[in-house]
Amino acid sequence: MNTFYLVQSLADYLTYTVFNIDPKTILASSVNFFIFDTIKIFILLSVIIFVVSIVRSYLPPEKIRAILSRKNKYLGNILASLLGIITPFCSCSAIPLFLGFIQAGVPLGTTFSFLVASPMINEVALVLLLGLFGWKIALIYIVSGLIISILSGIVIGNLKLENLVEPFVYENSIDGNIDLPSMSKKERIIYALDYTKDIFKKVWIYILIGVGFGALIHGYVPADFLAQYAGKDKWYAVPLAVLIGIPLYSNAAGVVPLVSALTEKGVSIGTTLAFMMSITALSLPEFMILKKVMKIKLIFIFSGIVGVGIIFTGYFFNLIL
Amino acid sequence: MKIQVLGSGCTTCEKLFELTKKAVLELGLDIEVEYIADVQKIVTMGLMQSPVLLINDKPVMVGFSSNLEKIKNLINHHNVSENTEL
Repeated sequence: MNTFYLVQSLADYLTYTVFNIDPKTILASSVNFFIFDTIKIFILLSVIIFVVSIVRSYLPPEKIRAILSRKNKYLGNILASLLGIITPFCSCSAIPLFLGFIQAGVPLGTTFSFLVASPMINEVALVLLLGLFGWKIALIYIVSGLIISILSGIVIGNLKLENLVEPFVYENSIDGNIDLPSMSKKERIIYALDYTKDIFKKVWIYILIGVGFGALIHGYVPADFLAQYAGKDKWYAVPLAVLIGIPLYSNAAGVVPLVSALTEKGVSIGTTLAFMMSITALSLPEFMILKKVMKIKLIFIFSGIVGVGIIFTGYFFNLIL
Repeated sequence: MKIQVLGSGCTTCEKLFELTKKAVLELGLDIEVEYIADVQKIVTMGLMQSPVLLINDKPVMVGFSSNLEKIKNLINHHNVSENTEL
């Protein structure tokens, strides 16, 4: 990757000259890998999160809702999934998002497309995929994530499950027109800088630990070590990865570097993608929060549909890559 | 001037509440900051992000920010315009 030529030179300089480690040793390769990957990811993280935040300052959820409440079924699902990419998903906003969409008349299926895409295709996961797996895998992740969220939303919409939403949700309705505090160009830049800083503060330690662990494995564990347990030919690898991914949410920043190390040691790429998607899209804490606004049965149906989509994606990419 | 933090009861919302209290203290204002955990109120106002900083019942900041100076500026701005009106 020529883009990061300077970073590689810096990593080489630090490893071989400053730390004075013999380039032929495993230690040198691990240290070099650690320095290069950390700096590269931190650069990508700053740039991408800043850009996404600027875009988001023009398209906050309130404006997205105004767009979605006027769209027909299929177009609504597609737009909701696309707009979910730029919206961060935090447990703080899950309920207001759900109530706000439904009460302004956005269909349930469209709302679910958004609820699936928003956490699954998030910028931190994307940066890490881009930095550690390259743009092709990152793109595959985005496209399959979009397909899963669009289809899940359409299926849920067609199943007519409105009766599984808590009745109080439909007791209020709102017109969905709002004057948000206006922002000048300068304020948007400050907002984006603040947001980037906040994300950094939250994830840097996980990235260091994750990449550090990856660097250790990189040097000291033989390649293909995991192929015997989770290689392409192991049918159970994909569903198992999805199951393990469900309780792991908060540490997505640390999990990707780890996952990248696992792939390097023989876990196949489809399994890796399924694992990542499960971590981001299916999360236990999110289910607990959603329980306030919907019946458990709907949470099971939703996670079942998304889970099947993820497993299918995993098998598909194990087959063709 | 009335300052309120409207949240969904999550930790980030409480963080904004603490930050706002700190801002008021540092500005030397004698105002009690109120914390309201009411998701439906956020939604009824037409908003979908939490927490929300309200000054005199108007949303001035939607979503969390850890920028103390920004919060101070928002409060100051409203404080000044309120005093000139009187």
